Amino acid sequence: MTIERSDVENIARLARLALTAEEIPQYVGELARILGMVEHLGHADTAGVTPMAHPLPGQRQRLRTDAVTEADQHELYQRNAPQVRAGLYLVPRVVE
Amino acid sequence: MSSDVPDLHLASVAQLSAQLQSGKVSSVELTRALLARIEQHQRELNAFITVSAESALAEAARADERRRAGAAGPLTGIPIAHKDIFCTRGEKTTCGSHMLAGFVSPYDATVVERLRAAGTVTLGKTNMDEFAMGSSNETSYFGPVRNPWNPTRVPGGSSGGSAAAVAARLVPAATATDTGGSIRQPAALCGVTGIKPTYGRVSRYGMIAFASSLDQGGLITRSAQDAALLLSEMAGFDERDSTSVELPVPDYAASLEQPLKGLKIGVLREFFDGLDEAIEPLIRAALALLHAQGAVVKEVSLPHLPLSVPVYYVVAPAECSSNLARFDGVRYGHRCEAPRDLADLYQRSRAQGFGAEVKRRIMVGTYVLSAGYYDAYYLKAQQVRALISRDFEQAFHEVDVLVGPTTPTVAFELGAKTHDPVTMYLNDIYTIGANLAGLPAISVPCGFVGGLPVGLQIIGPHFCEARLLNVAHRYQRESDWHQRAPRGFV
Repeated sequence: MTIERSDVENIARLARLALTAEEIPQYVGELARILGMVEHLGHADTAGVTPMAHPLPGQRQRLRTDAVTEADQHELYQRNAPQVRAGLYLVPRVVE
Repeated sequence: MSSDVPDLHLASVAQLSAQLQSGKVSSVELTRALLARIEQHQRELNAFITVSAESALAEAARADERRRAGAAGPLTGIPIAHKDIFCTRGEKTTCGSHMLAGFVSPYDATVVERLRAAGTVTLGKTNMDEFAMGSSNETSYFGPVRNPWNPTRVPGGSSGGSAAAVAARLVPAATATDTGGSIRQPAALCGVTGIKPTYGRVSRYGMIAFASSLDQGGLITRSAQDAALLLSEMAGFDERDSTSVELPVPDYAASLEQPLKGLKIGVLREFFDGLDEAIEPLIRAALALLHAQGAVVKEVSLPHLPLSVPVYYVVAPAECSSNLARFDGVRYGHRCEAPRDLADLYQRSRAQGFGAEVKRRIMVGTYVLSAGYYDAYYLKAQQVRALISRDFEQAFHEVDVLVGPTTPTVAFELGAKTHDPVTMYLNDIYTIGANLAGLPAISVPCGFVGGLPVGLQIIGPHFCEARLLNVAHRYQRESDWHQRAPRGFV
């Protein structure tokens, strides 16, 4: 498996992770090694096999009725937020 | 502590329950004694991230009151600990991460809520690998946990704090979670009992998500009997978890004594590949003990099982990268200083908040899900997962349970495997299969190699927890490995 520096930069961007210049070559090596191990999957004959989507056969995602079940507790929840004003989460300016 | 009740810390949940009931000891006395032990050994083991002495004593006092009012159940007043992956209302819930170092949960996980309702007392939150990603407890932001059998060895992971705390007799039982072996592997390496129930058996609500198709809550205890008592309260349908299964929960303690005559045990050929040669005779001896009780032992093969590790290291990182996208530095969790713009806020908050192993898995997961690679990696892995699951299903047409070692080696030295992630991943080779197929499995102590504990793993078909606990209990009736305590912790 060949992983290039540009691959790592691209993945980091998709994953929203800031990497330092020293970290990039490290990830190139580690990702290549992990994906090299994963390539053993190629040995398995999977022609016509339905991919497994749920660990229990026949189970489906249960849906709940579309109704309000939670009380408004935004003050409690926002106690964990880094920056809040007037009940709103604050982020850097998005629209100039 | 009352003088006629010595060694409270050595007593099982069942024994403590009887002592509380007879009035020989109060929950407050018991809680005080265990809090003192936790404090005494914290520096040495680092098994806890948070110790909640004040709230524990208040809970214990309420438990004693409930008992005086004649409203006590079997677990009323029993002190336990929760892995720090379970949300506990009004208390720090860190998941072993810098990202959540300041997070105070606004609600209780269903597991915590149910065990509280049963009257248990929460002594604190146990240390763990960051976001449950690790097999040695060395990825915790709060430092590694040490193995009570030998402080230079790892306790296993990710539930290393729960396993070490139970092994060191700091708590009689602790909750834990298992995505690829995170209950069974540390239980094996610390010489205690660990059960991972069937996927969907225990609610995942309030259990911080890592890989949602694999994560399952369970227990680390000192015996199968104690696990049965707690699991009966902890398991069951929860409408707040969309993957929770609507099936009644049996009284697991009721079937513990069932004889093993006629039980068909399959010995997995693949579980002896790569096994430390000193471990094999201990597994064979355990099988002989079960055979002597009337079980029939035969060899079986699961040809696709050797592909468990590669499947896992596609599926788990893929789900992890998606689950951990919620940590954005906006709603909760770590936020970087002076972000230039929104992208910078996300990227630096995440880079600073997550440790190396978590970032590695997010990167792998993002890669295998990215355009052009999805079919080759993710879809292929889910197909091989189906083959592995089918192998198990076929084996269970022939046998009732599968038995083998829990881990390929005993506890390794701290730092021995941190240099190479793949070497660390291979440590979970025997445990991952049960997660991929959603099966219940238990690890029980079955001997020692070089003074370090060895675990015997029993895997069963979906929803056969009662059978697993029964087999484990019958084994523990005839052996005393689970009663051995590490020197210095008796």
